Amino acid sequence: MHFNRRQFFRTATGALAFASATGMLKRAGIAAEEPIRVGNILDKTGGLNIYSLKQIAAVAMTIDEINAAGGLLGRPVELLFYDSQSDNQFNSQYATQALVKDKVNVIHAGITSSSREVMRPLVDKFKGLLFYNSLYEGGVCDRRHVSTGMVPAQQLEALIPYVMGEHGAKRGYILAADYNYGHITSKWMQKIIRDNGGEDLAVEFFPLDVTNFEPAIARIQAAKPDVVWSALVGGAHIAFYRQFEAAIGKKNMVLASTTYGVGLEQLQLSPDEGDGILLATSFVDDLQTDAAKSFVSKLQAYTGDNTYVGEYGEYGARGIGIWAEAVRQAGDPSPDAVIAALAKGGVKVEGAGGLYSVDGKTQHTTMDIHIVRGNKNAGFDILKSFSQQPPKDTQLVCDLEANPNDTTQYEVKI
Amino acid sequence: MAGERPAWWWWASIGTALVVLMAAPSYLDIADQLDISIIFILALLALSMGFLWGQGGMLSFGQTAFFGLGGYSYAVLALNTGETTSAFFIAIALSMAFALAVGYFMIYGRISDIYLSVITLVVTLILEKGIRATSGDQYVIGSVRLNGQNGIPTVPSLQLPWNPGTELFIDGVFYLSAALLVLVYVGLRLLLASSFGRVLVGIRENERRVELLGYDARRYKLAAFVLAGGIAGLAGVLYGVWGNFVSPAMFHLNQAAQVVIWVIVGGKSWLIGPVAGTAVVQYLSNWLGTQGVGQVSLWLGVVLMIFVLVFREGLLPTAALAIAWVRRRLGRREA
Amino acid sequence: MEQAAIQAYLIGVSFSIFILVSLGLAVIFGMMRVINLAQGEFLMLGAFVCTFANQAGLNLWLSFLAAALAVGLFGVLVERLIIRHLYGRIVDTLLATWGLSLFLVGGVTTLLGPQTRSIAADLGNVAVGTYTLSAYNFVMMGVAAAMLVFTFVLWRFTRFGLVARATMQNPGMASGLGVNADFVYMATFGFGAGLTGLAGAVLVPVTGASPPMGLFFVAKAFITVIAGGPLPLIGTLSAAGLFSFIDGIVSFVSSSVVADMTVLFVAIVLLRLLPDGITGRSRRGI
Repeated sequence: MHFNRRQFFRTATGALAFASATGMLKRAGIAAEEPIRVGNILDKTGGLNIYSLKQIAAVAMTIDEINAAGGLLGRPVELLFYDSQSDNQFNSQYATQALVKDKVNVIHAGITSSSREVMRPLVDKFKGLLFYNSLYEGGVCDRRHVSTGMVPAQQLEALIPYVMGEHGAKRGYILAADYNYGHITSKWMQKIIRDNGGEDLAVEFFPLDVTNFEPAIARIQAAKPDVVWSALVGGAHIAFYRQFEAAIGKKNMVLASTTYGVGLEQLQLSPDEGDGILLATSFVDDLQTDAAKSFVSKLQAYTGDNTYVGEYGEYGARGIGIWAEAVRQAGDPSPDAVIAALAKGGVKVEGAGGLYSVDGKTQHTTMDIHIVRGNKNAGFDILKSFSQQPPKDTQLVCDLEANPNDTTQYEVKI
Repeated sequence: MAGERPAWWWWASIGTALVVLMAAPSYLDIADQLDISIIFILALLALSMGFLWGQGGMLSFGQTAFFGLGGYSYAVLALNTGETTSAFFIAIALSMAFALAVGYFMIYGRISDIYLSVITLVVTLILEKGIRATSGDQYVIGSVRLNGQNGIPTVPSLQLPWNPGTELFIDGVFYLSAALLVLVYVGLRLLLASSFGRVLVGIRENERRVELLGYDARRYKLAAFVLAGGIAGLAGVLYGVWGNFVSPAMFHLNQAAQVVIWVIVGGKSWLIGPVAGTAVVQYLSNWLGTQGVGQVSLWLGVVLMIFVLVFREGLLPTAALAIAWVRRRLGRREA
Repeated sequence: MEQAAIQAYLIGVSFSIFILVSLGLAVIFGMMRVINLAQGEFLMLGAFVCTFANQAGLNLWLSFLAAALAVGLFGVLVERLIIRHLYGRIVDTLLATWGLSLFLVGGVTTLLGPQTRSIAADLGNVAVGTYTLSAYNFVMMGVAAAMLVFTFVLWRFTRFGLVARATMQNPGMASGLGVNADFVYMATFGFGAGLTGLAGAVLVPVTGASPPMGLFFVAKAFITVIAGGPLPLIGTLSAAGLFSFIDGIVSFVSSSVVADMTVLFVAIVLLRLLPDGITGRSRRGI
């Protein structure tokens, strides 16, 4: 990945800073002002970087754009990047370094729930602010945490009724990754399937390193469902989509997912293997809006890489965009001022995937959700869009207006 | 080095090190203290492996099993009881008990060299897979969810035993881990100078001969294995206290690989070797992570290959050899 | 009946994966007493070579061959540069190949990025009663069987096999009789690496090729070889048979985690009972 038009330099403390070019800051007339510091802790290396690389680039690009347009509150924004190497121990170290030593105003960080849960107590302890730009299982209730990605109810309340209605697929078989996300998502799947008069035949969990899905495929064939619901995650689990197509085939059984595509799975499967998978998403490159098209072409030009950007790339721009708007409303980049602005519930941003508005009660994001179907060109056809889906699962359990000091991650009892 | 009582200069350097370590937090900010404490904690883990391998001749790839077990036991006990002092000691005891079981199984089964390495590695892999599979809400010990892949967050900080209301902050963890590292190092060094240590080293050199002298080699090896398990467990507890989290990654193959790298880089024949190796390698990967130089594992792989092929003895012993060589050369010239 | 056929099929799939990932390692360990911890990364290299060869226009079968040759050559290179200096030091070879493994994962990720790449076999499926099974899995079983037969024939009936076995049993004597032991070691290591490259290639249509893929298989390969003991063919065959039988049954009735853990546990108990592996007592054989 190339970062052209970028300057790299190292700060005194060793973090890699991607500051906007001095020329750009001069043109914008903000070079002399004290910068507002943003920390970005993501996995540039290690097994999880497939989710991070586009997001790292999108964060840098969005900050460049803010600086070119005159900065935030008349001050330049400085980005400090830390590579957490897909290892939570580094999330812990770099979060502390960013907050205590580099004195950043906000941290945009974390892909996995476990990395977020390592950093969140530190952010609470050192009174910082954490933007978590990833889809996750929901339920985090913490004033110092903002979630900008999708939570299960947002996706499933659109996806399940659609699949059951359009395809008459009442009997479902659920496969999920064996960690929090998969467990909680599968519970929501069961609940919403039953609420819609369907039947959940079985739920199976798979550790993230499983590549042989033949036993599961045999069990699926024995159970004869109409639809297989997948919340499988990561590089190894891509094997399922391939083995499913080879043994059963999507023409014989519907396959729908909450996670397909976020790890750019469609680029790694053959046209037939990817064709026809249904999913609910808040952003795909194929969205036919001007905002989406312009974001995709800008990021591709910025990185010099014309491949698919996808949801996790867009999350980077979304997170920075929402934070910047909150800073503008607060008139002050310090974490507590930004939190006060977010708590009022009026932070809304028009982004590449439509309108994002942060709910003051939960600090989770309401967004448009689209039902899309994988096609033979490693892209997606948009089937139906649902406007402004709220993070209903988290709203059920979290009320930061009533309990501003709450820091719990709730698990929805179903 | 084993067998001799430490010389005065050794005690002097320990004393100096202690003074420096105890004074250090006043000159370091919190982030640096955090970075350095984790090196001390991981150095304890490396020390447990280096002691077993370098002094006892047992190459255990699975010290991470006891490391992870210590961390998890502490987390579960402390979260359940709300009391950390007893959790601290019970967690170490549990790691030792587990080491006793595994060690008895292997050592009294006369399993030797490479097979011992394989079994310890497999043990840590089983624990990792097992812990990873506990994401469901049915996996609860007392009131604590094991939480699978995500691990347990909110592991309590250590409270002062005489005043449970006060929790150790980052500087406290720094003092504690520094002090424990020095204590364990000095303890092991003195142990090696004792008759137990001499027998242990004798077994490493020639097990048959020591047995013919009437010692039961298995008992000595098992004792060393349990001791090392306890040290690894201690490191695990401190790891949990340090970051307030424990996760299945503590048992992972990569973690196990890192321990081996630390020991190789520092040199296993000296007790201080693993400590130095941990410091060098951890500092390196921490620094590489902020340099944007690409895959850290690539550099670690290169380091490991170079050390195995070229500097077999590790950094410190190699440096000592080099110094001795230069001295000899100089001495000859003068003569 | 149908149930039994499916069960047999699942054991067959599991068995062929065990054989594929461990045979190359077993040849190298059995003949040379070298444990190659970069085995998983040799698989990964084979997978990538096959993927690129196929994308460049070679058909699937030629891509398999390309992977076997390329990784075989790479094995020869590794033997010359690293392993050769470490003969007789089993622990050091283990550590050096561990370093090689980290280096390869990091290097390939740097060069190719983290994505999984793959090719589709497009062989369709086979109906067994109400079940449909992926036809490609039968190809995989066929290749695993072919690898076993090929190794057997090479070792048992060719001059190279004879010379290699002689060298491994008594290098001094073999050299005395005019055998170039150095060459035999190099060729054996290359052969083992080539088998592993082929195995990686065969796995691509099932699992894809990705930089960390070696990690998914290395534990499996490792325990199969260690539990099998010093005779590469019989040892691997019996250990893989035992483990895949357990794996196939337990993963169908329970889950893949329980199956993995059971296999690992059985491996430990087996080593306790037979510390030198299943074939540890045998002095002769292959």
